[in-house]
Amino acid sequence: MKIVSDKMPKVDVASILTAEEITAIHEFMHHYPQARAASLDALKIVQKRNGWVDDAQVNAIANILDIPMSDMDGVATFFNRIYRQPVGRHVILICDSVACYLTGYEALSAEIRSQLGIEYGQTTADGRFTLLPICCLGNCDKGPAVLIDEDTYGPVQPSEVAQLLELYA
Amino acid sequence: MSLTISEQIARRGQGQAPSQLNAQRVPIYGDKATATSETKPLTWRLAHHDAVLDLATYESLKGFTGLKQALSKSPKEVGNMIKAANVRGRGGAGFNAGLKWSFMSPPDGLPRYLICNADEMEPGTFKDRLLMERLPFQLIEGMLITAHAIGATDGYIFIRGEYILAAERLVTAIEECLANNLMGDNILGSDFSFNLHVHTGAGRYICGEETALINCLEGRRANPRTKPPFPQISGAWGRPTVVNNVETLSNMPAILNHGVEWYQSLSKIKGKSDTPGTKLFGCSGRVNDPGLWELPFGYTAREIIEDLAGGMKDGKKLKAWLPGGASTDFLTADHLDVVVDFDSIQEAGSRMGTGLIMVVDESQDMVPLLRNLEIFFQRESCGWCTPCRDGLPWGVKLLTAINDGEGQVGDVEKLEGLTRDLWIGKTFCAHAPGAMEPLMSAIKYFRPEFDQKIAQAVGVDVIDAAANQQPVVK
Repeated sequence: MKIVSDKMPKVDVASILTAEEITAIHEFMHHYPQARAASLDALKIVQKRNGWVDDAQVNAIANILDIPMSDMDGVATFFNRIYRQPVGRHVILICDSVACYLTGYEALSAEIRSQLGIEYGQTTADGRFTLLPICCLGNCDKGPAVLIDEDTYGPVQPSEVAQLLELYA
Repeated sequence: MSLTISEQIARRGQGQAPSQLNAQRVPIYGDKATATSETKPLTWRLAHHDAVLDLATYESLKGFTGLKQALSKSPKEVGNMIKAANVRGRGGAGFNAGLKWSFMSPPDGLPRYLICNADEMEPGTFKDRLLMERLPFQLIEGMLITAHAIGATDGYIFIRGEYILAAERLVTAIEECLANNLMGDNILGSDFSFNLHVHTGAGRYICGEETALINCLEGRRANPRTKPPFPQISGAWGRPTVVNNVETLSNMPAILNHGVEWYQSLSKIKGKSDTPGTKLFGCSGRVNDPGLWELPFGYTAREIIEDLAGGMKDGKKLKAWLPGGASTDFLTADHLDVVVDFDSIQEAGSRMGTGLIMVVDESQDMVPLLRNLEIFFQRESCGWCTPCRDGLPWGVKLLTAINDGEGQVGDVEKLEGLTRDLWIGKTFCAHAPGAMEPLMSAIKYFRPEFDQKIAQAVGVDVIDAAANQQPVVK
């Protein structure tokens, strides 16, 4: 009798992830008593390459951690900073929480959207920027605040947007 | 006094974080001459060294002396000491940290965990960021002391993904500790061993809820867990776990150095509060000099807003303030003389929360402000329980309608209904009740603003119409 397993089919991890990525994931697995705990770390490692994580990569990570792909995708889709579809070369996150609301994030957001010609959740046609909202960046004394890639800026005035965006090619 | 974008860009060019704490009129640690380990236990080192970022500098400023004190005592002695000191949890709940530790199951030779909640995402809160970016060793020392007291074998600092600089500095600091026998096996030659890792998140406010945080740490979706069992009995990987806030843990070294009596005497400086110790208080919103200050408990909101934060911007009048984050009830100008501590703010009808005040001025309409707050809570709901998942979007719909001139008679009553149906006991965790606190208090103090918008939309006197309606069945 053939036993049907609920485990995902084995995939060729080495053809999907780089050797460096696999090593980095294994390093994080040693931080925890269970490999599964490294799932968020693994997603972030893989996301560094293309800016987002595709189905094959999610599947490969699930294989390394030995957990069902559905569990892995559950984690990948839960967190707003793991991207499951392509994003631009730079991701602009505009804080829209109350402290930045009180210091004028709406005018800033309008200016950024108008300069880029996109709305939240969209990517510019040249693939340069993706725009998303984010909750409080912990920069409330210097609102309105923006996080571009790994840099937090604040305060940013609408008149300063062009100068700021120039930095990111 | 904040930086222009050109200045921020220049800082980035020099490899520094572009945005930095304002050069405040009143520095965080107060007066440089008087900032000592006994007057400003959390931030005094910054008065003497602009950024205490390497082990040698930290050690030259009484670093790890608290840990040495702790290691000379038994875990039980340290635990009792912290319990007696009554360190009230700085994450917002204000529960005695030592008491929280005492609920842990006794050691059984298997792993036990200490988790530092560094998922600072409560809108209006920016205190833990400073403690981690500028004083990483102080937090690590606090964690070592705590781990010794509770018998923890492993620890994690759960830090939000957006605090990139803080995470980098903590990782570097941990490595330095490992190289100097301040981490790992037999710390400082004692029989105490402890390993610490930094776990970075990837967004989602709910990760700040301690059981959701544990799920996230284990590599699951960050949904909260049922309590009981409490984490102290069954937490991370089913083992006894304590979760403490960054600021709570950063308090420990000084208590070990200067003792319980000293810690409790701090609030006598102002003589208006019973809460022991100092805290990072802050102010943001429509004030002249938003910022962060380490103060003993006993300061009133008026003192913080007017004396430290430079008063209202553009000479406008204060309309409302949130005492400690988006999930606390609004208070008004009538409450400005309330002392900002756990008990006094509660008596005034709100919660101290994280203790960082947000100020709203008279030019601000409350309805769109509320809509902004509720959109935040709606988006950050984890979707686990129905009242929160479906109730919060309903609240946003109603507020949007009222704000856009499409409100109906009875909408405010529906919002009030939500504040009952999404209250404590009806939802899985404190997320939805937290969302209801600003809503409930805004209706209580600013109801005419809601009614006026609805009256304009429907062209009748709403108050009369509401009075003629059938009473709502509770």
